[in-house]
Amino acid sequence: MTINQSRPLVEFNNLTLGYEMHPAVHHLQGKIVSGDLLAVVGPNGGGKSTLLKGLMGEIRPLGGGITWPQGHPKLAYLPQRARLDLDFPLRVIDFVSLGHWPRRGAFAAIKASDRQAVQQALQEVGLAGFDKRSLDSLSGGQLQRVLFARLLLEDAPLILLDEPFAAVDEATTADLLNLVQQWHQQGRTIIAVLHDLQQVRSYFPKCLLLARDALGMGATAQVLTAENLAKARKMQVLADPLAPICDFDGLEVP
Amino acid sequence: MLELIYQALFAPFIDFGFMRRALVGCIALSISATPVGVFLMLRRMSLTGDAIAHAILPGAALGYMVAGLSLGAMTLGGLIAGWVVALLSGGLARITVLKEDANLAVFYLLSLALGVLLVSTQSRNIDLLHLLFGSVLALDNEALILLAGIATITLLLLAIFLRPLVLECLDPDFLRRHSNIGTTTHLVFLALVVLNLVAGFQALGTLMAVGIMILPATAARFWARQLDQLLFVAMGIALLGCWLGLLMSWHLDLPTGPAIILMLGSLHVFSLFAGRDGLLKRWLHPRKHLKS
Repeated sequence: MTINQSRPLVEFNNLTLGYEMHPAVHHLQGKIVSGDLLAVVGPNGGGKSTLLKGLMGEIRPLGGGITWPQGHPKLAYLPQRARLDLDFPLRVIDFVSLGHWPRRGAFAAIKASDRQAVQQALQEVGLAGFDKRSLDSLSGGQLQRVLFARLLLEDAPLILLDEPFAAVDEATTADLLNLVQQWHQQGRTIIAVLHDLQQVRSYFPKCLLLARDALGMGATAQVLTAENLAKARKMQVLADPLAPICDFDGLEVP
Repeated sequence: MLELIYQALFAPFIDFGFMRRALVGCIALSISATPVGVFLMLRRMSLTGDAIAHAILPGAALGYMVAGLSLGAMTLGGLIAGWVVALLSGGLARITVLKEDANLAVFYLLSLALGVLLVSTQSRNIDLLHLLFGSVLALDNEALILLAGIATITLLLLAIFLRPLVLECLDPDFLRRHSNIGTTTHLVFLALVVLNLVAGFQALGTLMAVGIMILPATAARFWARQLDQLLFVAMGIALLGCWLGLLMSWHLDLPTGPAIILMLGSLHVFSLFAGRDGLLKRWLHPRKHLKS
């Protein structure tokens, strides 16, 4: 797909996402340009993961919408907690090979060049020589590296990362952040849910502060101000069961 | 001495045609039902095989009532009954609050009760025994061709669907994001389970067909740590168990189906203790570790 740098990749038009009528993302307005390296920050329950699910089309908006002016790009996703059956007797190399699925699908053969790409990916995430290890023998950090290797092979122009560095040590975080930087330089669009604000300030040029309502979206320094962060901390975490129907713009009233 | 070994281990198969046939039937089952069992075990569906095996009984009984002791009718009846129960359980799990295992329990109990009822109206117990315990020593050409055909179909379909089958168990979310082949894969797999249970039912009977599926798989898990090794070790264990079971049945004049299943069970217990991930290793070297 040819990516036009000047046109937005994604547009949020007064987007409301949620579960059973309770909004988790409320009236989000904004756009993501291709090549953006965007951090999504905010309190737990602030709608960060929900926004990623909305982008993947797993949940339908309660109001407003998401538009893709340049068409829906291929998308790779790293979940917050991958539901993996780690008891399954499989080697690291076979697991990472699954990153070829978007091109090879269920039935096509894995070619010699594909196998080479797997070794290359393992090397890039710092796991060269781990190819024959079984999945259940890996530490948490090693498993996250393996998941990044698979992500790398998926070779998608849009990458969604949901708390990729939670429960991962500093050395691993540094290595994986480095990979994210490389993807950014290759012109991929990356949206990452994060909690470490220092990390966001150092590595992510753009930022969305989400506490159900968007408290700011744009250049990181302008979004992560003391004032905005104080507002985010005050967010009411639990949905109010008695909340009336929101008629902010009349769109949502049945 | 050599003569004794020959008499004990090989002579029955060389001297008697029906023993050879039994062995051929068991080989077909070992390379067909066993890999299906490995996937049942890995998908935590070991008991699903058991439930569907019970569900096959009324179908086979109906086939018997319609057409007598006809291989075709009983096979077809068993296939339909097993397939209906598997589909109902999976389908209702998707649209009601009950999960697949609860639905299976319901339908296999009803199915089994219906089957026993049908068989009992025939008032000849010998037939019930035949249905429950199979007749591995009475496999005719027709039955052998059926077993070989099912083995061929099974191996082909497993090879074709290997990747989604593994992924659906290992990382179902990834599969769902990239493809909608998950449901098809599950249905094909259930069809293979039913098909192989019906095959096993020819030789070992309804109640023990599931044994040749699950026991070699569970035994192999103590030896193999990778999927490919697991599949081949399980097949090897199944072949060994069938061979020993047939011999035990021959020399001690015991019913063949239970003899084979007990041999497979013995191999499981042996593996449980002596296997690479078995108990003995844990007891013998409990606190040793490698140099850093």
